[in-house]
Amino acid sequence: MNPWHILALARKEFLALLRDRRSRIIIIVPPILQLFIFGFAASYDLDDVPIAIYNPDGGSVSRELVARFEGSPHFSIRQRLGADDQVAPAINNRQVLMVLRFGPDFSSRVLQGRSAPLQVIVDGRNSNTAMTALNYVRELVLAFNRDLQQRRGQPLPPVQLTVRAWYNENLQSRWFIVPGIIGSLLLVVTLLVTALSVAREREQGTFDQLLVTPLRPLEILIGKSLPGIIIGLLEATLILLLMVYFFEVPVRGSLPALYTGILLFLLATVGVGLMISSIALTQQQAILGTFLFIVPAVILSGFTTPIANMPEAVQWMTTINPLRYFLVIVRGVTLEGDGFALLAGQFWPMLPIALTTLTLAGWLFRHRMQ
Amino acid sequence: MNDDSPLRFSQVSLEFARGRDRLRALDAVDFSLAPGRVCGLIGPDGAGKTSLMRLACGLLRPTSGSIHVLGIDARARPQAVQSAVGYMPQRFGLYEDLSVQENLDLYADLQGLEPEVRPERYDALMEMTGLAPFTGRLAGKLSGGMKQKLGLACALLRAPRLLLLDEPTVGVDPLSRRELWHIVYGQVRDLGMTVLLSTAYLDEADRCDEVLLLHQGRLLGQGPPADFSEPLRGRVFQVRGEGRSQRRLQQELEQTPGVIDALAEGETLRVVTEASTDAETLLRTQLGLSLQPAQPRFEDAFVARLKPRGQPAPALGDLLAPLSGHSDDEVIRVRQLTRRFGDFIAVNGVSFSVRRGEVFGLLGANGAGKTTTFRMLCGLLPASDGELSVAGLDLRVARAEARRRIGYMAQKFSLYGDLSVQQNLRFFASAYGLRGRRQSERVDWAIDAFELEAYRPVNAGLLPLGFKQRLSFAAALMHQPEILFLDEPTSGVDPLARREFWARTNALAEAGVTVLVTTHFMEEANYCDRLVIMAEGQVLAEGTPAEMKARARSEALPDPTMEDAFIHLVEAHERAAREAVA
Amino acid sequence: MTPRGRRLLGMIRKESLQILRDPSSISIAFVMPVVLLLLFGYGVSLDARSIPLGIVIEQPDTTTQSLAGAFERSEFFAPRRYGSIQQAQQALAERRIDGVLWLRNDFSRRALRGDTAPIGVFVNGVDSNQANITRGYIQGTWLAWLQHVAGARGRPLTLPVALEQRIWFNPAVSSRLFLVPGLIAIIMTMIGSLLTAMVVAREWERGTMEALLVTPLHMAEMLFGKLVPYFLLGMGGMLLSVAMALLLFDVPLRSPLWLLAGSSALFMLLSLAIGLLISIVTRNQFLAGQVALVVSFLPSFLLSGFLFDIHSMPQWVQTLTYLVPARYFVAMLQTLFLAGPVWPVLLANGAAMLLMLVVLTVAVVRKSRKRLD
Repeated sequence: MNPWHILALARKEFLALLRDRRSRIIIIVPPILQLFIFGFAASYDLDDVPIAIYNPDGGSVSRELVARFEGSPHFSIRQRLGADDQVAPAINNRQVLMVLRFGPDFSSRVLQGRSAPLQVIVDGRNSNTAMTALNYVRELVLAFNRDLQQRRGQPLPPVQLTVRAWYNENLQSRWFIVPGIIGSLLLVVTLLVTALSVAREREQGTFDQLLVTPLRPLEILIGKSLPGIIIGLLEATLILLLMVYFFEVPVRGSLPALYTGILLFLLATVGVGLMISSIALTQQQAILGTFLFIVPAVILSGFTTPIANMPEAVQWMTTINPLRYFLVIVRGVTLEGDGFALLAGQFWPMLPIALTTLTLAGWLFRHRMQ
Repeated sequence: MNDDSPLRFSQVSLEFARGRDRLRALDAVDFSLAPGRVCGLIGPDGAGKTSLMRLACGLLRPTSGSIHVLGIDARARPQAVQSAVGYMPQRFGLYEDLSVQENLDLYADLQGLEPEVRPERYDALMEMTGLAPFTGRLAGKLSGGMKQKLGLACALLRAPRLLLLDEPTVGVDPLSRRELWHIVYGQVRDLGMTVLLSTAYLDEADRCDEVLLLHQGRLLGQGPPADFSEPLRGRVFQVRGEGRSQRRLQQELEQTPGVIDALAEGETLRVVTEASTDAETLLRTQLGLSLQPAQPRFEDAFVARLKPRGQPAPALGDLLAPLSGHSDDEVIRVRQLTRRFGDFIAVNGVSFSVRRGEVFGLLGANGAGKTTTFRMLCGLLPASDGELSVAGLDLRVARAEARRRIGYMAQKFSLYGDLSVQQNLRFFASAYGLRGRRQSERVDWAIDAFELEAYRPVNAGLLPLGFKQRLSFAAALMHQPEILFLDEPTSGVDPLARREFWARTNALAEAGVTVLVTTHFMEEANYCDRLVIMAEGQVLAEGTPAEMKARARSEALPDPTMEDAFIHLVEAHERAAREAVA
Repeated sequence: MTPRGRRLLGMIRKESLQILRDPSSISIAFVMPVVLLLLFGYGVSLDARSIPLGIVIEQPDTTTQSLAGAFERSEFFAPRRYGSIQQAQQALAERRIDGVLWLRNDFSRRALRGDTAPIGVFVNGVDSNQANITRGYIQGTWLAWLQHVAGARGRPLTLPVALEQRIWFNPAVSSRLFLVPGLIAIIMTMIGSLLTAMVVAREWERGTMEALLVTPLHMAEMLFGKLVPYFLLGMGGMLLSVAMALLLFDVPLRSPLWLLAGSSALFMLLSLAIGLLISIVTRNQFLAGQVALVVSFLPSFLLSGFLFDIHSMPQWVQTLTYLVPARYFVAMLQTLFLAGPVWPVLLANGAAMLLMLVVLTVAVVRKSRKRLD
């Protein structure tokens, strides 16, 4: 293996990537832009859930409870309904997510020491939002009950169960999502850089020119991988800095472990990219292949929905998805404060992925017929 | 103003913005065409031929001046122009995934051909182009010549009054070229069509009624081809070298003051002299050559007008590494080489051998199997059957270092279009392991020897075709290979660039480099020491150019050209094939 | 037939033939939706089941056994016993369990006395959404157990305010019911823009555009001729997706089919127009593919309200989501499938899509000129 050959090829790849203004922009601008937009957009936490109140009771207790909803940052009262038949349209038309319906004797029942029902009608079209909103309501009502009982000297329920969350103490979903965005952005950028590199040369005929030089497949492989890995590393660093200083996600674990993970992840994705690129005969096929890999890779990675919730067969498929391991590593290092020891199980599976894809790509350089 | 003219350019200029610069593609071009005639638009590469064609059909808007097409103002009403003319762009827009018939139907629909008249028109065109047996075949599966004929048929569907053809004969074998011309003249004769046709083949200029000569965006002249060549009468000779190496003599003559051009033509050299020179004295007395006056052709006029004077021939030899070995060594050996793609046999039992320092040609039409043979020799494609060796090795299995001994120039431009000239050269130098001072030396050498200085920082993809070809050639030579594979190196480049190319190739061969070259330009076979003629994957004949022509000699053809020899061989082959079937 | 009609038909026939001969378009339209819907329909779920929960009981007796039994019987949990809190916390750190329930040695004695019982619950909060759900399940199980124990002792618990929850449209709170319609919207965005992103760029690259330009064909006719076959192809994919949603994933369709077809057609046109615009502007398949990827997939995945609630985004991001066509279609599909023909929702979103379509059409027509410079 001749390091000069590799250097020459890597240099050429960089020039080809960065000389064209449009491809320069495609590599740098969208990832940063997406980090910002998605960093703010992707959150399961709800603020200002639009609700409507139907309160034919008007007594002191119901007014006090409504005041609590008004004071909560989670809810925003958009409508006060005057009649029962206004409930359905408000929900159907998506004007509000939820309607609180008090009984006419709500306050008097509470004052009599009886249990008063509070009906919550939720729009279930997005069941996750519905569940989250219900959780907020439940907590608010629980606290209200406790205060009420304390104030009136009634016996408290036996034990208050408080659940403490580790690593993400305030359960901010941004802390969960933003590190995930690093993974999916890195995946997209490295695949875009590598997946077309061979297909494009084949289509333009330059690959033959390359193959008649003394460059060995291994040298071509490394030369073509380097730009993806280097660009990936730089981009990862930039996004990490933004994550820490802009989105204020902590980095509690070992940075060397994080960078080991980034490197392994980049190796595996570059391998996948080059493999797609060597299988494809045209750029169109390469783009299609990339698409067909990226979409399931992102969705079945645990980026937004947990792998544990998937059926057994799908869970098994995710074992060949490098993003799956990388997301655990990023979140492990940033939030859970992990080091090498706790992440070893996530590091090694990316190696066989990288080795298999890279070997296949290198073999296909000379053996893919046209 | 006479408005019968189907095409009139009045003081037309065209500028493009390229970065901060403005590039002047056409400069005050002024002409008008007479109806019912075939006009050739001739000029070297980058002269502005394609821009002129696109202006004429309203695809580009002139920076200044006015264009009238069939009486329509092209600037004001481009759609009307586009609806009226027939146009065949350089890469004609055939849909390769549609069949011949489907392509015809599409263009008939688009051009508004009434369904009633279609069958008759289709039949006439299919008959004329010889495509009738292939109407169900996908256009992508046609040979190059057939594609061009189909393209022409599509442009002719509605029998336009003005037909614009942009380099319709590029890359087409001689038989198909003759047929294309035949079709064009048939349309002019029968339908009174006016044709403007651009070409880089100068022998085709003589077939035109009228010629427009374009150079660097300026119109140098308009008139019948004889008007251009006639002033050269008495200045063109066939020269015989009397025992001297033809290649050396050619180099010598090229450098002799008073000689404009020396071109190999069989065993003789065609020499064009300056008007001021007493050619007889110079050639016969001073150089001791035997000579015979020759009929001037358009190409002679073109070269005399446009070839730069007083430039030394490109110097290459002094910088090439001294080569070892004997000139009789067999450097390339091919025995019964076969390559199949599924059912299709691209190369069928090909055998030949090449000796050191030879220029060896593979001559044949597109699709004859030349490129496939090349790709197998370079190790890019495994052979299905047979033996091959290059410098004693099979490059497909040899160590990577063995590839250092060969240089390869692919058929289509295959350097990095988005890298500059300098960056391309540096990359290929380093891919061959050159670095540091040695690398800079070689890059400077290449830029110097191939006169690329002006284009050093320009992206390779933006170069004119002739310069792309130079750059590819330079890139293949960065590491001073012993063996050069050149696949259709002169396809589509103009005669001046081709002369330069062959001068360089000759210099390399003189220095002991073995050159294997494919071409479909029949007259270029004269440059080869030996050659094989290929058709349908088979070798039809092997020998020196003189031997090839001797085979075609007959009472009717006492002095056959290489094109005659080729057509003779192909026809004999087809006859044999038919008899074998019958 | 008029020459115009003939030109249009010719273009449509040509494009259709090309689609039929090129397996990649067909596979984009038909294979992709099937594969993606299968993967996502089964793969994407927010419904936690069998959450691995570590239980540490320092002093086993009947009370602790009964509490542990309540967790073990729940379908939401897959409890594992640990001998000490250290072991359980180690397992939590190693991600082998998602939460820990820790009953200290005097738990049974103090649990039912009303003071703070020595019980600790930790969950891994990294995935905050799952942590919230887990927390809800733990509290629910705990409360049910308490009520059960109190009831057994003849002192039922009364709460002043008792919540009664009604979840409309999706009473079983199955996330698949809302995810599948959203997925259809996302898949259609990708298919629509990918199908057309390449088609004009391809003509430029293969040199066929120049020949097309010098014919009586008008630009609008060319674009329309290209749109029709891809529209039909895309609608075929849509039909397939809907059939899968109804038959395979048991998503209810509570609206008339024509409404679904109409809104899908509108959205398909919109997606195709986006692809066409990309194709016309880039004139290059490589770039067109990249842009289509960047423009279609991630924004429709993250900014459409398919997964993340738009109300909770910062105002400027909410403004951005108005530019994502999938946003309107996700809202329409969720309503059409789960709620029924709720006109205010359908009209508002349909009008927004129509407006986008008009703007894009104008852009497409303005950007596509019959000239080369």
